[in-house]
Amino acid sequence: MINLLLFPVIIPMLFGTILLFFPKNIRMQRLIAVCGAAITFIAALFLLAEVKTNGLQAVTLGSWDAPFGISMVSDLFSVLLVLTATLLTVFVIFYSFQTIGFEREQSYYYPAVLFLLTGVNGAFTTGDIFNLFVFFEVLLMSSYMLIVHGGEKPQLRETIKYLLVNVISSALFVAAVAFLYSVAGTLNMADLAVKIPQIQETGILTVIAVLFLVVFGFKASIFPLYFWLPGSYYAPPIPVLALFGALLTKVGVYAITRTYTLFFTMNTEVTHEMLAIIAILTILAGCIGALAYFDIKKIIIYNIIIAVGVILFGVSQMNGASIEGAVFYLIHDMLIKAALFFLVGIIAVLFGTTNLREMGGLIKTYPLLGWTYLVAAFGLAGIPPLSGFPGKLLIVQGGFEGPNFWGSLVILATSLLVLLSVIRIFIYAFWGTPVKTVPINKSVYNQMFIPSLLLVIITVFVGVGAELFMPLISGAGEVLLNPSIYIDAVLKE
Amino acid sequence: MRTNDVMLQTATKVVTFIILMFAVHIFFAGHYTPGGGFVGGLLTASAIVLLMLAFDIETVKKIIPFNYVMMTAIGLLLALATAGASIFFNVPFFTHAYDYFYLPLFGKTSLHSAALFDLGVYLVVVGVTMTIIQTIGEDE
Repeated sequence: MINLLLFPVIIPMLFGTILLFFPKNIRMQRLIAVCGAAITFIAALFLLAEVKTNGLQAVTLGSWDAPFGISMVSDLFSVLLVLTATLLTVFVIFYSFQTIGFEREQSYYYPAVLFLLTGVNGAFTTGDIFNLFVFFEVLLMSSYMLIVHGGEKPQLRETIKYLLVNVISSALFVAAVAFLYSVAGTLNMADLAVKIPQIQETGILTVIAVLFLVVFGFKASIFPLYFWLPGSYYAPPIPVLALFGALLTKVGVYAITRTYTLFFTMNTEVTHEMLAIIAILTILAGCIGALAYFDIKKIIIYNIIIAVGVILFGVSQMNGASIEGAVFYLIHDMLIKAALFFLVGIIAVLFGTTNLREMGGLIKTYPLLGWTYLVAAFGLAGIPPLSGFPGKLLIVQGGFEGPNFWGSLVILATSLLVLLSVIRIFIYAFWGTPVKTVPINKSVYNQMFIPSLLLVIITVFVGVGAELFMPLISGAGEVLLNPSIYIDAVLKE
Repeated sequence: MRTNDVMLQTATKVVTFIILMFAVHIFFAGHYTPGGGFVGGLLTASAIVLLMLAFDIETVKKIIPFNYVMMTAIGLLLALATAGASIFFNVPFFTHAYDYFYLPLFGKTSLHSAALFDLGVYLVVVGVTMTIIQTIGEDE
């Protein structure tokens, strides 16, 4: 089955297209959307098994030879991300049933979610730099639709900003690809990795590398380019926010990781040093935001920015421990961010507000919700048995082994600030004198709480069973550190 | 007061068919000469828009009773099915096939599965363009 690695891209697209035929039938919409996401997840599991046993999978579309056609490549890194993204989409669809509202469900909400998954999985799987652009546009188009869906006033206002920023960064992306094509003469990533070391003028290549960092930095929200994120992510409803927070910025992080490990390695003392400094600044900027607000959604949104900084610092160090740490932390962060947004969404519904100062005493009425949130918060900060710990430990270790030990110190110090920012939600919302909560139907509450609880259980499992996942993670790190494995598999030399 | 647009409507009745024929020509000529599904679709949409300008949206809806969202979805399915057929032959996705056939009127003709993919593109382009124009046109 040589097309197996394409299934996580094709299946959500097929199901999304089928959903276009009967927008008004909510029951069928829900059923088929869940089926589509679940089948995609099963396909991704098969793909993981295949990549684990037989090594890196590559197929070039249309039976053309490798550098001439579009290559689709699935190594352990991308297949792990595809698996995580698909799993999260399944949970988001379940969570949407009670939270998104009938009117949104009737106007093509589920097709948009599935097309977003198509774009995300495609961006993780592609081996061609222009095809990466196309999949970026697929996921961005779906995200434009999801962010404005419902047409409330804040949504309309923030969509204008979000759209403008992304249109400009996409235009920059095209310019950067054109630049790269005129220098290297190829668009295939494996072929680029062969051609770039042969080019003598590293000056122009360094400029292109920085240009790509700017482009992907807009999508991933790194330090000076994150300005659009807090406002835009605040506007859409919670399931959409969970989907965005868990998937969209991570595609940018993935793209930086892929380009900076595979082919922009000719002048690491400039590019990777710069990436390290920007990553640390990103962490600091995120921490300031996370501590500044008394709004539960804003606090978690700023934690997205912090995590982007931590992962990119790991990528910039380019040694075994730090790369493995970055991969582990990336997967952990996708899961934990979705879980936290789910839980925060429940808290916001219960109190009818997102302002921390108007909350209190929830632990008396909803104890299980409280302890689940506490476990998720500890997981985010990286308390040892939980999932945030192994990744951060490896990144810090990589920083000490590499040239930027000061970065590791910043990451350790800011972990405390992360913990403070999320534990503040716990203290304000769950302790103190009880505030009157909005009455909520038991079954509605369960349909929101059960996906959140399952997701938190999965993150605990990822943390406790880290030893189980380590072979996969180090396999992913190995391909990132040795581009020759990637090149040989794609170009079949 | 509505002005008398007999000239416009009569000219439209003739011109629309010329444009539609040209769209079909452009669509089928795409493999060997400039053209293809995208421009063909845009030309078809422009013919329908001309009808809408000369008459009005309700009349055109009666003449061409298509649901354009469905048309887009059918186009997507067709494109996906053409590309996905390669899965059943266990060759890389998007691998096309072609052969020569003797058709009754045309003689020896080469038929290529890329034309089916292009038909999908054509349907999507017509569907999307008309959905945009119709939605904005009907907006109060």
